[in-house]
Amino acid sequence: MTYIKPTFRHPGLPKNALGFAKSDYEGAISTLCAGCGHDSISGGIIQACFEMNVEPHRLAKISGIGCSSKTPTYFLRNSHGFNSVHGRMPSVTTGANMANRDLIYLGISGDGDTASIGMGQFVHAIRRNLNMVYIVMNNGCYGLTKGQDSATADLGSRTKPGKPNPFEAIDLVGMALELKATFVARSFSGDKTQLVPLIKAAMSHPGFALIDVISPCVTFNNNKGSTKSYDFVRDHIAATSVLDFVPEQEEITVEYEEGSSADVALHDGSVIALRKLAPKWDPTDRYSAFLRLQKSKMDGEILTGLIYIDPKSQELHDLMNTTKRPLNTLREDDLCPGSVKLEEINVSMR
Amino acid sequence: MSDIINDMVIRFANVNGTGSASANNMFSKAVFRMGLPVSPKNIFPSNIQGLPTWYEVRINEHGYLGRRAGIDVLVAVNPQSYEKDIASVRSGGYFIYDSSKPLHKQDLRDDITYLGIPMMQLSMDFFSVPRQQQLFKNIIYVGALAALLNMDMDVIRQIIREQFAAKPKLVPPNFQALDAGYNYANETFSCPLPIHLETRDNVGDHILIEGNAATALGTIYGGATVAAWYPITPSTSIIKEFESYAKQLRIDPETGQKNYASVQAEDELAAMGMVIGATWNGARAFTTTSGPGVSLMGEFIGLAYFAEIPVVLINVQRGGPSTGMPTRTQQGDLMTCIYASHGDTKHICLFPSTPAECFEMTAECFDLADRFQTPVILVSDLDLGMNYHMSPPLKWDDNRRYDLGKVYNAEELEQLKEYGRYLDVDDDGICYRTIPGTHPTKGSFFTRGTSRDEYARYTESGEVYVRVVDRLLKKWVTAQDHVPAPELYQKEYRSSKGIVFLGTTTYAALEAMDMMEAKGISVDAIRIKAFPFNKTVADFMEEHDEIFVIEQNRDAQLRTIIMNELEIPPSKLTSILNYDGMPITAKTIVDGIQAHLSVGAEA
Repeated sequence: MTYIKPTFRHPGLPKNALGFAKSDYEGAISTLCAGCGHDSISGGIIQACFEMNVEPHRLAKISGIGCSSKTPTYFLRNSHGFNSVHGRMPSVTTGANMANRDLIYLGISGDGDTASIGMGQFVHAIRRNLNMVYIVMNNGCYGLTKGQDSATADLGSRTKPGKPNPFEAIDLVGMALELKATFVARSFSGDKTQLVPLIKAAMSHPGFALIDVISPCVTFNNNKGSTKSYDFVRDHIAATSVLDFVPEQEEITVEYEEGSSADVALHDGSVIALRKLAPKWDPTDRYSAFLRLQKSKMDGEILTGLIYIDPKSQELHDLMNTTKRPLNTLREDDLCPGSVKLEEINVSMR
Repeated sequence: MSDIINDMVIRFANVNGTGSASANNMFSKAVFRMGLPVSPKNIFPSNIQGLPTWYEVRINEHGYLGRRAGIDVLVAVNPQSYEKDIASVRSGGYFIYDSSKPLHKQDLRDDITYLGIPMMQLSMDFFSVPRQQQLFKNIIYVGALAALLNMDMDVIRQIIREQFAAKPKLVPPNFQALDAGYNYANETFSCPLPIHLETRDNVGDHILIEGNAATALGTIYGGATVAAWYPITPSTSIIKEFESYAKQLRIDPETGQKNYASVQAEDELAAMGMVIGATWNGARAFTTTSGPGVSLMGEFIGLAYFAEIPVVLINVQRGGPSTGMPTRTQQGDLMTCIYASHGDTKHICLFPSTPAECFEMTAECFDLADRFQTPVILVSDLDLGMNYHMSPPLKWDDNRRYDLGKVYNAEELEQLKEYGRYLDVDDDGICYRTIPGTHPTKGSFFTRGTSRDEYARYTESGEVYVRVVDRLLKKWVTAQDHVPAPELYQKEYRSSKGIVFLGTTTYAALEAMDMMEAKGISVDAIRIKAFPFNKTVADFMEEHDEIFVIEQNRDAQLRTIIMNELEIPPSKLTSILNYDGMPITAKTIVDGIQAHLSVGAEA
């Protein structure tokens, strides 16, 4: 089934610096359930790309399999997209990034796609500090196959069709910190004011940027007894900070009261302006991020916001010393050593 | 008995990890430089250090380089395997051993000649450090062989000089060890032995190179920029060679940065995912693996086939199934490669039989993958990949341009009224793709492994699905005339009988043909170089009444594929099989064919 959206646009719609309206960043009509958290995240991505003046063709959206991985159809219609195989988005993104280091790579995954079948590829993308934004649309269940528990479902949490989950949850944020991911954040699909600046900051971060977004499944996991329902998340959320993303060319206008503000300057000159809500927490100190995360867990809170960032992050191409020119632009003159060289090699084999 | 000149099999029995490989290669290279066709084979354990390992060299001035059974000379440096080694020598052959310690008398046969050389003792006389004693012991037996087999010492000395060009201090002790072995043999035995070598001029401009090194050069010359891989024997040395050549040949002269990326993946699935991501994004990329890796890549291969993404996969086959015989050779992945993945899939496969073909076909794989937007598999094997082969030199035409296939650039997209990723505009089954980042508003599409229409939109329409998969078949038919054509070994057919083979079976098959010819049995021969089969292959099957399909697996996979794809009656196709992990011999083929013919004659 393909839904076609009308392409008519009101001429008075606001445009960004590239002359695109926000609607130019939209995609096909979503076929997810009405009220699905994932659609709000798609909205956040659209908003962030519009405000960031992203050229749509300079971004590639890549996903695995599942409800989450369908969403790239619903945003950025002028970007190339790749709905790959289950749990393997990170490897496809790695290859794509190797071929052209100049694009923005937006990886979309779910909790099944990342924390179960794709765990191996997830951790290795972190280990390599692949330059990408990795969004997990985390609803604690397998929606497309009718609501089985996923590996991020909390102990004792209950989906609509299921019994209380007997297993401990895998916390992707804690894991990413342990693996020394260079940008770690958690957010909530119901909190766009937090999510949009996080996506912008993640896109500016040179390296692996994880945003684990709690995104309730309205059909199978939004019931009483679920720890991933809208109500439960709203009641238990605790943010590290209020943050604003300030692109390179803009002046910082957000002013927070002294002592609580922390500006993190990024590689490209942009700044994340933070108003800290959590005490004894420094976003550039992994140890304090760890402690803060553990404390939230003990207090029964869902910690959101930017949790850790390494402003000195060196992405995979830097580590590999790859040419600055995208590899996919190199042709015979750069690549083929020619017949004279080959004859030298022949001679050395005699 | 008269002397046997330039026709022998010599086997070295060593301990893994003692530096014997370098001495053994030195021996082979010296024979090659004496103008003699040579074919060394490693018979090695899946082990780092300590287990028995063998190195078998066939020398044949007529250029027959397939494996031949019957060991004429055995150089035994490993007491662990003496018993087996003594038993393996042909009657009348020679057993050269390290006589620093005596042989157990009960092992001795009286139909072979024992030549004891105190290799370790001599080494200890000259060298004091234990590791040196170990290493130079190997050079000592090379020196002894030089005397026993009448080898050119100047040639060996030159090889030593070249090998240690960067460490010239090592040249004199190597010379010393070489002379020690040479002099001992000369003084102790009547040299040369009746079986020995004489210099000839029979190697022309050929080179001595491992298939995997040639394959690596093929990826460099073919324009690959992204290598994604997971270590597995016997494919790993391709990556080692790729990285080593890339460091010399692929560095940006201005910045010193790399014009390539080599990523060690977390597993074979990820390796294939990376290749798919890279080629989808417009780079040339490849992965290397062996059978178990191909199994793991299955799902992704299907994605690349269905979503039409170029992929180059190099499979260096080893003995399967499962972990199988990881250090032995086989052609057991033919079915796995040709029909890899679930659903209806078939893939372009190329079958090299020499290092020169490894080079040429690997480069061609990239053109074919881009042209047909599909996986292309180079199907090599351990024998070809990990052994030195005498090969025609590698050739490259500087006017050759990469065929990047049908890709719209920004200008073409600008002119285009309407773009559909899967529209068969040219009616050859191949559609136009676009690379991410090309045009701000035109040409984007959504790649997926689900069924989709001509505009890359998801669909569950059976009608559209059938249209798509039928077009994939049309594309595959188009490919028949673009893949390497088979090689025929006669100007016109002269027999109702034929033999068919591919890959490394070629060496033994061609020798077998000559052996049968000498016995008055004439057969026609065809070597398959690629799948899909083209018309020449089909015609050969049609034109012959009795066809022997020679291959190196248990289940006669090539025969099955021929039956299946060309609809040839099974009764016409007789299998000649070899699947013990050692390369097939000409004798196996001749015996198999003769046995079948005599049964036929009796009936």
